[in-house]
Amino acid sequence: MPHPMPPLSIRAYTATSALGRGLEAHAEALHASRGGLTPNDFSSAPLDCWIGRVAGLEDAPLPPELAQWDCRNNRLAWVALSQDGFMEAVRDARERYGASRVAVLLGTSTSSIGATEEGYRRLDHGRMPEDLHRPVLHTPHSLAGFVAAAFDLEGPCLTVATACSSSAKVFGNAERMIRLGLIDAAVVGGTDTLCDSVLFGFNSLELVSGEPCRPFDANRSGISIGEAAGFALLERVTDGSTGPLLIGYGEASDAHHMSTPHPEGLGAEIALRDALVRAGIEAGDVDYINLHGTASQKNDEVEAALVARSFPATTRASSTKGFTGHTLGAAGMLEAAITLLAMRDGRIPANLGATTPDPLCGPQMAWTAEQHEVRIALSNSFGFGGNNACLAFAQVGEPA
Amino acid sequence: MSAALSVWVKGVGLWAPGATDWDAFCEIVAGRQAAGSDGRPVADVLPPNERRRAPESVLLAAAVAGQAVRMSGLDAASLPCVFASAHGDQTITDYMCATLADTPTELSPTKFHNSVHNAPAGYWTIATHCHASSSAVSGGETTFGAGLLEAATLAVADDSDVLLASYDLAGAGPLGEMTATTGPFAIAVVLSPRADATAIRLDITPSPGNSGTRPTGNAWLDGVAASNPSAQAIPLAHALAVARSTALRVAAARELDIHVDVEGVA
Repeated sequence: MPHPMPPLSIRAYTATSALGRGLEAHAEALHASRGGLTPNDFSSAPLDCWIGRVAGLEDAPLPPELAQWDCRNNRLAWVALSQDGFMEAVRDARERYGASRVAVLLGTSTSSIGATEEGYRRLDHGRMPEDLHRPVLHTPHSLAGFVAAAFDLEGPCLTVATACSSSAKVFGNAERMIRLGLIDAAVVGGTDTLCDSVLFGFNSLELVSGEPCRPFDANRSGISIGEAAGFALLERVTDGSTGPLLIGYGEASDAHHMSTPHPEGLGAEIALRDALVRAGIEAGDVDYINLHGTASQKNDEVEAALVARSFPATTRASSTKGFTGHTLGAAGMLEAAITLLAMRDGRIPANLGATTPDPLCGPQMAWTAEQHEVRIALSNSFGFGGNNACLAFAQVGEPA
Repeated sequence: MSAALSVWVKGVGLWAPGATDWDAFCEIVAGRQAAGSDGRPVADVLPPNERRRAPESVLLAAAVAGQAVRMSGLDAASLPCVFASAHGDQTITDYMCATLADTPTELSPTKFHNSVHNAPAGYWTIATHCHASSSAVSGGETTFGAGLLEAATLAVADDSDVLLASYDLAGAGPLGEMTATTGPFAIAVVLSPRADATAIRLDITPSPGNSGTRPTGNAWLDGVAASNPSAQAIPLAHALAVARSTALRVAAARELDIHVDVEGVA
């Protein structure tokens, strides 16, 4: 069993997705229950499905000094980093602590594989074309390497690629390193962009819906894939800390199947329990849970049952993938940001897209948006290969 | 500068071209045996049907992880695990990109789910009934050092034994020219945060700057070390094989090494 942990301060955070660039765009869309999914117009042979696409990346190359990193995934990361004063916060941390005391710990499932795919579409005599002869792009570490280079950071730099739990797990990596004194601050988060690998890949598994995804609907028909980037800056809590807190996390494995969750949600339940133990709270203390809720048959079935049996009706719960699509390796961070907004604004986001509740769902589900104070909240992220993570957040001063 | 992370090496596993397991590697390092021919990695932790179908990345990672856990005498079912790889299964990525360029709707669903970076972690936890945390990480060209730092951090922070497996494959196709990995290699260690007089101790400290690697002077070892990012474990593997106290530096990130004091068994 894990031990309770000292909370960490979230000094800054931001997100960019189909809902727009930065926190206010997300807060407005969530408040208006206005989703960002659109008919798929991505790739040369678009599948008949809906996607959560970030507008304008095609016209937003990286600054010239970072040109060797230029690709859709790093562009999206750069756009996200440019919102909400996040860059300034990272530069300030580097100034205060030194470049080697700030880590870059980022999650992604496919990183910049879109650039590798593009190279294969226009091979030059069987070789990568000259303009994509950039080894830094053709590796899962492209995103973290880019962010470390962009801020000139020289601390630990790690990519976590555990599919859809990736950018949730990095909060745990950061907590361990800070607690042991290896670093003083960490840039955590993640980025995943639309690419053929995931669109055609999830399509080959027959997991992609032909309509906008409907998490926890009795008639749900699969996922909608989206793209997103989000980042958070984590530091120790000090007397003057005002930001929200990371109070716990849990990580566990299903040990069941590569692409299907454990039928009783065993790994998800262990991750949840460990997050509560680290946070020193009980299920009844939780005001809101941002669910993984992908709208796949199995995930929602297992997660609905887990929430229904584990929490009182006063705990509110919703999936926000109906707003953004499933942003895969970026989902953990995007939904952490959405959870922190729910806490900031006292508003529970709707479980957008569902019209006929799955009877497995309990009274915790917020089918429509609600006004509700959120002092303590969780965010669930479950990935392929049975890889589960659960994050716990709180307002300053909580748990009391 | 922070205090060192102290961990004890309870088990080691290794596969290199010419050394099919840790014992064979130790014999070669001691000069009692020459590097042999390439043997297929023996991933006997996987059920036979999974072993037949498993991609190379999974075979390689599960083979060395199985060796290390067996030597440790610990139960894999309760052991948190970190699987590190700079590039994951390049053979599958090459297949995926080639298929997506030509006939995207014919993409194999099995290849797709085997293409995720955490495929070895997934197959390993399924085969060993492990419900502990599992991770799949990359640190690019400094993957081994980054993975070792992560695994030692996890062991000390959670006061738990931890399995680290680091693997990379030979490059394939146009992607292979970019990754410049010339051969497969994998290593695994089981690290314990608790003192063990019969085990080698590693004191690991992050240290600013990259000092570069020093050749061991053994042509075979140096050839393997240069073959892929996981093989940057070779100097540490050499130190563990000869079980002598020494100090070495392993690159863990851009402008960051980890300094490793290896304390042999007295």
